[in-house]
This record gives sequence, C-alpha cells and structure tokens, in this order.
Amino acid sequence: MIDISIIILSTLRRSTPLIFASLGAVYSERSGVVNIGLEGIMLVGAFVSVIASNAFGLLPGILLAVVAGMAVAALHGMATITFKANQIVSGVAINLFGMGITAFIPEALMGMTDIRALNSAPLLAGLTPLVYVAIALIPVSHFLLFHTVLGLRLRSVGENPASADSLGINVSTMRYLGVVLSGALAALGGAYLALEQGGGFTKNMVAGRGFIALAAMIFGNWTPFGALGASLLFGFSDSIQTVIQTMGYTIPSQAIQALPYILTIIVLVVAVKRVRMPEADGKPYLR
Amino acid sequence: MTVNDNGITSTSINGNAIEFQSICKRFGSTLANDKVSFAVKAGEVHAIVGENGAGKTTLMRILYGLHKPDSGTIYVRGKEARIESPKDAIALGIGMVQQHFALIKRFTVAENIILGQEGSKFYISREKGNKLIAELSRSFDLSVDPEARIEELSVGEQQRVELLKVLYRKADIIILDEPTAVLTPQEIESLYATIERMKASGKTIIFITHKLKEVFRVADTITVMRGGRSIATMSVAEVTPQELSELIIGKELRVRGEQRVEPKNTEALVVENLVVLGERGNEVLKGLNLVLKENELLGIAGVEGNGQTELVEALCGLRRAVNGRIMLFGHELTGTPPWLLRSKGIAHIPEDRLSSGMIDEFTVYENLILGYQTEFSRAGLLQKNEIMNETAKLMDEYDIRPRDLEVKMKNLSGGNQQKVVIARELRKNPKVLIANQPTRGLDVGAALFVHNKLLEAKSKGSVLLISSDLDEIMELSDRIAVIYEGRIVGEFDKKDKVEDIGSAMLGGKGEYA
Repeated sequence: MIDISIIILSTLRRSTPLIFASLGAVYSERSGVVNIGLEGIMLVGAFVSVIASNAFGLLPGILLAVVAGMAVAALHGMATITFKANQIVSGVAINLFGMGITAFIPEALMGMTDIRALNSAPLLAGLTPLVYVAIALIPVSHFLLFHTVLGLRLRSVGENPASADSLGINVSTMRYLGVVLSGALAALGGAYLALEQGGGFTKNMVAGRGFIALAAMIFGNWTPFGALGASLLFGFSDSIQTVIQTMGYTIPSQAIQALPYILTIIVLVVAVKRVRMPEADGKPYLR
Repeated sequence: MTVNDNGITSTSINGNAIEFQSICKRFGSTLANDKVSFAVKAGEVHAIVGENGAGKTTLMRILYGLHKPDSGTIYVRGKEARIESPKDAIALGIGMVQQHFALIKRFTVAENIILGQEGSKFYISREKGNKLIAELSRSFDLSVDPEARIEELSVGEQQRVELLKVLYRKADIIILDEPTAVLTPQEIESLYATIERMKASGKTIIFITHKLKEVFRVADTITVMRGGRSIATMSVAEVTPQELSELIIGKELRVRGEQRVEPKNTEALVVENLVVLGERGNEVLKGLNLVLKENELLGIAGVEGNGQTELVEALCGLRRAVNGRIMLFGHELTGTPPWLLRSKGIAHIPEDRLSSGMIDEFTVYENLILGYQTEFSRAGLLQKNEIMNETAKLMDEYDIRPRDLEVKMKNLSGGNQQKVVIARELRKNPKVLIANQPTRGLDVGAALFVHNKLLEAKSKGSVLLISSDLDEIMELSDRIAVIYEGRIVGEFDKKDKVEDIGSAMLGGKGEYA
C-alpha cells in the first residue's frame, strides 16, 4: 500500500524546479522573447548556489544564484532584443554555455565532478522553503500580469510591439524585464534542485527540466496558474516513476525513467490545438 | 482660440496647427521625402493625396515620431517641435490611426485604449477605464463594447477603437492614414460623420487617401504629393477631380478602352451547392452556387468575412469541399490539387500577395517562374538564360520597376510586387482567372494598370473578381453577385443601384442610409 501523503509531498518537491522555470518562461514569452536557454540558466543557478552557499551561507548563496541567472538571461536579452538575433539560436548558445561552464569549472579548476552542499535548508511541514516560494509566486504573478500597469505593458509588447511602441511604451525595456525575470526564476529552480533536493551539484543535473518547463508553460497556455498545473502534472509523473521502481515490477528501469519525457511529448501533442501563444512571441521587433 | 483639456492651445498666432519645413527622409537609395513643405490650418480637414510611394505615410510617421527626419523642421502650433518618439507626439496632442491598425487582437477594447496611459501607477481598475471609455464613445457617437476583445470586432468597429484611442489621449491633431481602405460603404458614411463631429469639436484632421471621391466629400484643403515632394496645396473649391488626378499622376489619365468583349453563353466555371468548412469546423460556405461564362468578368461583392476567402481557396484546390461540385467547361475539378488546377488553366491572384502570392526574399525572376520551374529546366537544372529572357520580356510588358532582374521582391513597391504576381499568373493565358482583392493597397496608377490587365484576361478567358471595393466591382464587372454568410444572395447588373447592392451585402436588411 502506498501512502498518498508521500506521493503528494514527492510531487510538490519534484514540481518545484518546474514551477520556477515555467513561470520564468511565462514572463519571457509574454514579453515576446522565447527563452529555450532555461536549461542552461538552471544549471548555472544550481552551480552558483552550491559554490556561493558553501562560501557565504544558504540565503546569500540563493541570492547570488539568482543574480547569476539574471546575468546569463541578460546576455540572451542583449543578443535577441538589442541585436535582434534569432531567439532560438541564442537560446541554444545559452544552453551550451550553461552546460559547458558548469562542467568545466569543477573538473578543470577544482578537480572534482560532484560538489557537496554544506548547508541544508530547514524543513517546514516536510517541505523546504523554496517550495512555498514557488507556489506563492503563482498568484502574485497572475495579479502582476493581468491586473497591473506593468503586466499590461509587458503583455502588450509580446502581442503587438508595433502597437505598444506607437503608444509610447518602450518595447526593449519591457522585453528585457521579461527575459531577466525568467533568468531569475530559472536560476531559483536550479538552486532548489541543487540545495534542497540534490544536496549538491553534479554535472548536467538539470537533466532536461528546463525543456520540460517550456512544455509546462505551453500546456499551461502561457499563464501562471496553467504553468503551475502542468508542472504539478509532470512532477506527479516523476514521483510515480520512483514509486513504480520501488514496487519491484520487472519493467526495465530506463523505460520507467522515461515516463516524464514521454508524458511531455504526449501533452504537447494534445495541447497544440488548445493553446495560443502570444502573437509576437519569438519575433524580434524592428520599428 | 480654443483651449482643450490638456491646456494646449489649439490655434497659434498664424492659425497653423502643423507646418512642415523642408522635411527630407531617405531610406537606402530612395528619397521618401524630398524637401516637403506645407502647412495644415487649425480646425480644418486636410487631405494628403498621392500615389503609393509618394511619401504620404512616411511624412505622417515622421510627424507621429515613428521615423526621424534626416533634415527639416516641424512646427506644431507655431512652435518648433522635436518629435523623437510617439510619446513626444502624444504629449503635443498629436494622434495617429495607422493604415494597418495598431491593435492588440487578444486584448479587450478597454485595454487597447488605456495602454500606455493607464491612469494609475500600479493597479488597473477595470470599472474606471470602462466608465471613461463609455463617456468618450457617447460624446463622439462611437459605440463599442469596452469589454469585447478586438478579434471579435468587425473592421469598422476596430477603427472606432483606434479613433477612441486617439481621443482618449486628448489629441487635437488627428492623422488618419487611408481610413476607408477596408470599410464597407455604410462604415465609410459613419466615418465621415465622425470626422465632421471631430472637426466641429475643434480638432484638426489630416486625412491620407488615394481615393479622389473622398477628398471632395470630406476635405477642406488638399496637399498633393508625388515622388516624395509636396507638389501643391489648395482649397477643395479651387480644383476639379480631373485636374487633381493629373496633379497626382503627373500626366493625363489613360482612358480605359470602352470596347469590351461581350460574354459568350458557354459556361466556363460552374460551382454547384458548394459547402466548405472554416478554421473552426463551422460551415463557411453553405451551398454556394455560381456560374461564370466565357469572356465574362463576374464581380463578387460582399462585406469581408462572408466566405470570400474560403470560396477562392476552394476554387484553387487549397481547401476541401465537403459537398458540392466545381466544373470547368463541363469537367469536374472538385478535389483536384492546386498544381494540376494550374495546368488545367486556373490562375489565382491571392488576396494577400505578401503571404501567399510571392516569396519576398527571392528575386523577381525567381518569383516570376514560381510554380512553372519545370518549364524552364532541363534534366532538373534551371536554364538561367531562358528564365532571364522571359523575365526581361515580362518586366517590359508589365512595366515592373526598377528594371533589375535580380532585385529582391521585398525591395519592390506594393504596386510592382502585384505586377509581378499578375505577370506570372497571366503569362499562360488562363481559362479562368480568380482575382482576389487585386488592387488592395495600390495607388491610382497601379490600380488602373491592374484593371486593364483584368479586362485583357477577360477577353482571352474569364475572370472572377472578388473585391471589397464596390467602385471597382461596379466599374469592371459584366455581372455582380453578392455574397452574404456563405451564399450568393443576389445578382445584379452594373446598371443597378449601388444602394441595392450595399443593402444585399448586409443581408438585405437595407440599412443603407
């Protein structure tokens, strides 16, 4: 017999990095910039959070990870907003950068592949603080995007930048804001993975969650609550996977581990026709 | 002298709302504005007329801060103005309704109107916005539901939102770029009324158009632009339509040959009980019947969105017919793929040349052989000499400018792009030409050329002309069919009254004032 509360807690834990990253993706894409570099940014966030928290403590570590994520995202912004580069190409470059640098520094400069986190987060009702932060950010983001001046302006440049421009809204500023916020949130997701779930940094530990988060954002129809729901679904399939593995069926473990990824593909195929992306998403704006 | 709510004085000492002095603007190798100078008096309706590419829109975009001039000065109410961005223009009380509406389809009417001037720093109160907009719509008689999403609105309603956007910002100098291009006759009338009302409340209106009829209907003063220059500014009373068109084109209008070929009795294209589904799976054509005779030009009139697009797509094999038949000279064509239809003699001028008539990154010669590549290739290799010879010939025949075989399509003006499309489609003398909005966005000269070509195609085959420009339909058609909600609801002769056709276009409810 499986304890339901274990599955619920496990689902929440496994969903948290996805909630952060997919919420970040919502901000970025609502402003009109596709950020497929989330995976790379999560890796940078995870890495920096471990190194910095070992040196300065838990909270400064998380904050520095956020700053690093924002910096990497700003690079993506510079390439795509200021220099109008193709957003996919730039995103791929960000991913390669994130994977490369987080593998290079530990191995070449520190001579190790895994870095243990020395500080661990306190538990509140069985969950670490960032889980609550992630969930709290959902209604906050919904309010921000759909009921405030800032949200209206951010969404307007993602839908029709020419229109926003003609009303005196600075398209670049709004887009930078969306992209940099996505960097901050993706890095938080990475920091959670490393500090509160993994107990340290290992090479390529994000393992495609940045891409699953993008799928969650799409399935969630570019809304905070939608992204939350989709992230929970993916988190659930991830936790079910571990449960099945411990139950001792003779299914090859690789097949079970593939479950979240297979679900991603199925969900996207189902979702394509029901969702609608921001009209100018992925398009550089030239006056 | 009047003072509006912004505290901006509407009139200056010399009575000019705007004065352009020697405005120059260059895009690459073309001089879009060449020492443009003229003044717009406060409180008048000032029409700026000229062919496409005459520099009208460029000048207005400069006035609204969307382009920076290379040199020259703009005076607003007598004072030199620096307009770096639309923000500056809005602050000066200038508003602009662009030809391609700058609306966000997914946003509500209210969101579109308040965007950029939300009336608070942080939280947006929906009730407050709706109340403001309701008051504004009442005072200018521009009724529209603030909670409706833009994509649910008709083109006419969308234009009202654009006008409300400008009025919400308390603009008293209002620029309208080709405002009637997409409207039905009824909507045009109500726009005229709005212009009158805005003028009566002391606003200055600058009105860009290339339809002469409109100029004489609404304008007080006219400025003619040609080749980037301001040619003349005069009062409407001082000029006749004939003189004005000569000023616009710079030469006398060619009179169209009145010797038109009479339609034969043979049925070229027959559409029987055609049923076609739209994007959402709903029936868009609900059993449409149509007969096009040999040497006939049949005009399809109707308010846009009544199934015209789907009809054309079905005829061109781009959309599946769920029911009904399409016959060409007695042979069934239903379900035939587009490539085969072309070889059977059906040609198509698509309504949106940019998205479905051409490839803008390709050169002119590549666009001219699009779909006919096999004709110009041997053993799978394109024969460049043959292609170039044919291209040179077509460029001469259709007067495509610049006369450069290798120029990219995107660098041509709209009129020249359309000529390339038409040259390609007519090269093989099609049995049936389907021309969907063939002169949309073209200036007088280019439109005239297209009209002549359509008549030429009719003398060699037959033409189905779909257009939202009723004047064009009336002028060219042998017979006029009105499409409404997926059916042909009436057939008219060109001698019939335009009011009756207009009424049929609205489903026979006869709201034509």
